[in-house]
Amino acid sequence: MPYSFPVGERWRRLLPFGLAAGAVVAPLLAPNDYVVGALARICLYALLALGLNVVVGFAGLLDIGYVAFFGIGSYVYAFLASPHFGLHLPFVPAMLIVAAVAAVSGILIGAPTLRLRGDYLAIVTLGFGEITYICLVNLDRPINITGGPNGLIAIDPPSFLGYVIQGNIQYYYLFLLTLGAVLLASLRLRDSRIGWAWQAIREDELAAGAMGVNTTVSKLQAFAIGATFAGFAGGLLASWQRSVFPDNFLFHESINILAMVILGGMGNVFGVILGAAIIVSLPEIFRDLALYRLLAFGGMLMVLMIFRPQGLLPARWPFAAHAPEKPEPAGAPAPRSAADD
Amino acid sequence: MGDILAILPQQLVFGLALGTVYGLVALGYTMVYGVLFMINFAHGEVFMIGAYIGWGVLAVLLDWSVGGLHPLWVLPLMLVPAMLFCGGLGMTLERFAYRPLYARGATRLGPLISAVGASIFLQNAVMLTQGARMKVYMTNFLFPRDWRFDILGVNISVLVIVMIVVSVLLMWALVVLVQRTTLGRSIRAVSEDREMAAVMGINVGRVVGMTFFLGSALGGAAGVLIGLYYTQIDFVMGYSAGLKAFTAAVLGGIGNIKGAMVGGLLLGVIESLAVTFINPAFKDVVTFAVLILTLVFKPEGIFGETLADWKKV
Amino acid sequence: MLSLTDVVTYYGPIMALKGVSLGVDAGEIVCLLGGNASGKSTTMKTVLGIVRPRTGTVEFEGERIDGLATGEIVRRGIALVPESRRVFGRMTVWENLVMGSYVRRNEPKDELDRDMERVYGLFPRLKERAQQYAGTLSGGEQQMLAIGRALMARPRLLLMDEPSMGLSPALVDQVFDIIQEINRQGTTILVVEQNASVALSIAHRGYVLQNGQMVASDTAAALLKADDVRRAYLGEE
Repeated sequence: MPYSFPVGERWRRLLPFGLAAGAVVAPLLAPNDYVVGALARICLYALLALGLNVVVGFAGLLDIGYVAFFGIGSYVYAFLASPHFGLHLPFVPAMLIVAAVAAVSGILIGAPTLRLRGDYLAIVTLGFGEITYICLVNLDRPINITGGPNGLIAIDPPSFLGYVIQGNIQYYYLFLLTLGAVLLASLRLRDSRIGWAWQAIREDELAAGAMGVNTTVSKLQAFAIGATFAGFAGGLLASWQRSVFPDNFLFHESINILAMVILGGMGNVFGVILGAAIIVSLPEIFRDLALYRLLAFGGMLMVLMIFRPQGLLPARWPFAAHAPEKPEPAGAPAPRSAADD
Repeated sequence: MGDILAILPQQLVFGLALGTVYGLVALGYTMVYGVLFMINFAHGEVFMIGAYIGWGVLAVLLDWSVGGLHPLWVLPLMLVPAMLFCGGLGMTLERFAYRPLYARGATRLGPLISAVGASIFLQNAVMLTQGARMKVYMTNFLFPRDWRFDILGVNISVLVIVMIVVSVLLMWALVVLVQRTTLGRSIRAVSEDREMAAVMGINVGRVVGMTFFLGSALGGAAGVLIGLYYTQIDFVMGYSAGLKAFTAAVLGGIGNIKGAMVGGLLLGVIESLAVTFINPAFKDVVTFAVLILTLVFKPEGIFGETLADWKKV
Repeated sequence: MLSLTDVVTYYGPIMALKGVSLGVDAGEIVCLLGGNASGKSTTMKTVLGIVRPRTGTVEFEGERIDGLATGEIVRRGIALVPESRRVFGRMTVWENLVMGSYVRRNEPKDELDRDMERVYGLFPRLKERAQQYAGTLSGGEQQMLAIGRALMARPRLLLMDEPSMGLSPALVDQVFDIIQEINRQGTTILVVEQNASVALSIAHRGYVLQNGQMVASDTAAALLKADDVRRAYLGEE
């Protein structure tokens, strides 16, 4: 087993707290504001990746148009808190509406796809993602709703009881707080009845249905929760950038987020955060190699799928002892097992 | 409205021409899906690379000032290398990016993600070697713009006719190959019952490889035709073309060769109608809406047969 | 001709064959009896290399064939009539037969044509329906096609997995007559059956498989008389 870490059980249990402490002091140690901004981006994307992890990692529903919910969240926040429609809702109620709209859009997109198999589902989600993007670009005529390619600007920053968040450090802590909450929610969900139902669906949908899992409701829950997380991240992005543009929500962002989930290890919340940290920071570190970034990224996806399809961290690390790995199907014929997942 | 009706026949002919080319690309998706039950997400990039190879050949030929060569000769000189290269590329992808995954019985997620990786990789490989700027096809040297015919009152350029003829010829060749040759029968046997095909003594891995070769070669040819038609190509052109072709394949019933052709034609016509009657900016929305509605209400497509039980789930 | 020695085969984590040994001599009809999930089909798949034995050996005509690719094993002279027919339903009857001769595709065409006529001779119905899709045939016709398809490989050993399944009693008799006829023409046959009485009536010898282990082996006549076999597979008290 390649990645059993040489740390004792006690250390393994303490590790998350150590990481949390590290995350809290990190911006104080950062050499400049640019690094703090990068750290904030990591938190934001970790938030997104955790949301997609609910859909892909927990429930096994491959969504490759996930960025649509990120975009919907951003634009809804922009509608509610900018001069565009003259609305200036306070941050908290605005975010609640954002979350609600995102959840509903998750259900709307999830509902028609419930009967579809894995790969068809992927294509439909991609289609929805594209439609969302095209609408964002083109809904500035005849009535200006989205601002078209120019986006929306002068969006209100977050404020709590009159205290206005400003500066990358404050945003960082706001994002980190949200990330912490979402992380805890993810862990709770994973070990709840809903989480077990998702796992059952992921392993074998027919069997899950036969065991009494309401697969329809469970799948919609996954879509709604995943979309809510993304909506939150979208609202935060809009309030941080103070502007939103359609090009924030291109297809390759969906793939980026998916790569975070896969890189870290699908289903493992810590792995997903690690994946987000790696994918956001790598291009920052290798700025000179920026041109080769995507090339390497595509190659990495292939290599990873071939050599370590389970991602960097095992599924339940660090909280559960390693389960023995499943025995490889001994010489079982590939064709059928490949066909019935 | 009168104006719209006046240009409608013209638009329909464009739609047919585009549709046959979509059909060519769709064949690649549908054949691979037939034998592997996998969406080869990188197929759009194979198509894009075909367009680049055709462009390169044309540029070289013009450089050697063989522009006087009759188009009848130049076109095959562009198509054949593009098809061979793309076919080889498809086989390489299958061998190194997909086979290690499905051979060990991975779920569908694995090969699909690997294919997404391959797609990003190929896009960027082309961008890094060829530059991010558009390349311009010297279509005018081959098929001058004023080289047109009036057929039943519709003004059609020779290029459009060539596109349709080449696509139909290639499709016809494929149908003959699949229906009448040993390789074709092996492909059908593998897509119907892989285990029994192996029991017949068929080397399933090689048949899958050949399927990738054929599908990718058709994709490469389609790339050349689209390059000639739009006269501008870039490294991201495979993305939306690939999606449309996939839509066409699904529309016709994925895994079904006849379905891919009809689906392509239908989609080409739908798209040209959308451009004519609705805002052109939303033409892709129409495409995706067609895709989603088909998947939701008739996932087996127009010609799709109900799959055998073990292929479902 | 064929011999399995201590073959252990796994399906994923499940041990399907727990050390199976059996032998088939040239010219015989050998029958392998056993209930559901006794390991009969796994034995067939192991012989053909569709699943690989974890330990033990499979020899055919004196050479080890475990570890060879299925295609190579078929080329050496073993063909299968699979359980529930599994003809290629979207190919014509003629094409199915052509697929059967796939391993001989480089042989002269008139050789293949002669074998095709031989199959048509055994099954005149197939000739009538040569251009029809196999999926449109009746169950009995599909069984004949599956047998004909296997014969097109001109096997020296024919494996048959439950040829009587789903057929009416009259058709079962007909199929087993044909099996005997094929054997008379010189093909060795290993047939897996649940319908023990019919199978034993034409077989020379028989084996009984239970839970992946061989529990009995004898001449067909002796097995027909053996009390436990009668009770378990012939439905007699």
